[in-house]
Amino acid sequence: MQKYSIFSLIKNAFSNHQNWDLAWKDPTPKKEYDVVIIGGGGHGLATAYYLAKEHKITNVAIIEKGWIGGGNIGRNTTIIRSNFMFDENAAFNEFGMNLWRNMSQELNFNVMFSPRGIINLAHSDAQMNTYARRGNSMRLNGIDAVLLNREEVKKMIPMADFSDDVRYPIFGGLVQPSAGTARHDAVAWGYARQADSMGVDIIQNCEVTGFDVSAGKINGVRTSRGDIKTKKIGLCVAGSTNILAEKLNMTLPIEAHVLQACVSEPVKPILDGVVTFGAGHFYISQSDKGEMVMGGDLDGYNSYAQKGNLPTIQHVLTGGVALFPFLSRLKMLRTWGGIMDMSMDGSPIIDKTHIDGLYLNCGWCYGGFKSVPSSGWTFAHTIAQNRVHELNSGYSLSRFSNGYLIDEKGLGTKTWIS
Amino acid sequence: MLNIKCPYCGDRAQKEFAYGGDGTVKRPELNKEVSNKEWDDFVYMRKSLRGKHIELWHHISGCRQWFRAQRDTATHEIFKTAKISEEI
Ligand SMILES: Cc1cc2nc3c(=O)[nH]c(=O)nc-3n(C[C@H](O)[C@H](O)[C@H](O)COP(=O)(O)OP(=O)(O)OC[C@H]3O[C@@H](n4cnc5c(N)ncnc54)[C@H](O)[C@@H]3O)c2cc1C
Ligand SMILES: [Zn+2]
Repeated sequence: MQKYSIFSLIKNAFSNHQNWDLAWKDPTPKKEYDVVIIGGGGHGLATAYYLAKEHKITNVAIIEKGWIGGGNIGRNTTIIRSNFMFDENAAFNEFGMNLWRNMSQELNFNVMFSPRGIINLAHSDAQMNTYARRGNSMRLNGIDAVLLNREEVKKMIPMADFSDDVRYPIFGGLVQPSAGTARHDAVAWGYARQADSMGVDIIQNCEVTGFDVSAGKINGVRTSRGDIKTKKIGLCVAGSTNILAEKLNMTLPIEAHVLQACVSEPVKPILDGVVTFGAGHFYISQSDKGEMVMGGDLDGYNSYAQKGNLPTIQHVLTGGVALFPFLSRLKMLRTWGGIMDMSMDGSPIIDKTHIDGLYLNCGWCYGGFKSVPSSGWTFAHTIAQNRVHELNSGYSLSRFSNGYLIDEKGLGTKTWIS
Repeated sequence: MLNIKCPYCGDRAQKEFAYGGDGTVKRPELNKEVSNKEWDDFVYMRKSLRGKHIELWHHISGCRQWFRAQRDTATHEIFKTAKISEEI
């Protein structure tokens, strides 16, 4: 594999950048693989990469029905954080933060990880108390957290509405300074390129249509490009999880919902971190191109349409304008949507299943971008060793029946309001 | 914006309604021994079908009645709505 560096850049300039190697190949599927990963999103690509790198399992195929980066990995708003209160979530996501910090070097691909900090705003005394509690839990788990009062928040985001007569005045906020953003496409491409270079076959435009299961064991997958034999399957299809589970006669604690986001026209730098509104669903950051990147609520009813409806965007931006009045003057450039695998407690599932050789990775809700490295790492371990790692032992499928839910927000099973 | 036909009030804009999830889920019978599996299925397990989906809606900013709708989850076409007491 050609290494990307200033020298390779200069060298290739002499041939007008016409001779760069392809970042990954376009192989025809083999008859058999040791492991087949279904879904070429962030989680599938990272899983294949860590299978090859950490476990030396390289006879691996990633089967993707569309193209690499066409799913949620290329549709999210790129927030990376580990500001969780529960131990399982804190350990898993802080492990991921460490992988993020080295990712550009490790993948030899600039993923533009930018630890610019996240502020969760509080709008009441009660909310300040819960943030203090969450911040303390974070610090006990070795994660950076700072509780700010109103004046301190004002120094960080002076353009927010700090007048006295607003409906939801800003009382303060909880900051995780080491949180941030990254370039989502680069994450997919970086993992894809390295996985390919270690021998993983990335097979695009190939849809998994069924499974070959006998006597409770996986024997292979059926695809639009023929049958492929394998003893191990890693299911990483995010919003399509229920559809494939049905083909396996499985019902899961997951529902598919559409989440929208939007960006404004680019403007000069005004916001250097990520801000979340505490009185409604609205969050915002500014991309390096200058666009304000914004999102909020799910549309609120089961959906497989990768686009959403206007009332939700209107509702989310109403919250946005209440917080940052200057937004009302900006034109929106684009809106889009992605299908979320919403789990019943808001936490993911990374586990084995009752079918021998079938491994499950789903339930990412709207927070699976930040988990790409930690999920890929732990899922690769689970598949390679046929047992879960300590880091993902809490993310079991059985927790729904035995009562060990990881309901960080305590919102209950109405996935569409979470 | 979806246009939803409340069986009591007629066509109204989506903004008047609240969603209530899968409308085929049945609570296990009261005062009967319930297995863990039955309870899990009721509380957590959902098929989340792509295509025709029977679901509950609440006309919360209207007559405040609950009803069922049959909607395509990929196209959002609503085929039918019916009172809770009616077949769908
Ligand atoms: C608008 C929006 C904003 C978001 N913001 C954030 C955020 O700020 N921070 C954060 O952490 N997370 C965020 N998320 C969530 C995050 O994007 C997802 O949780 C995560 O990307 C899901 O994992 P993935 O990348 O593997 O999914 P995907 O990229 O969706 O990968 C799944 C792949 O499986 C493929 N597939 C499906 N069915 C089949 C089949 N039968 N055969 C073969 N392939 C199949 C799909 O084509 C797809 O490419 C956001 C999501 C959206 C939509
Ligand atoms: Zn009505």
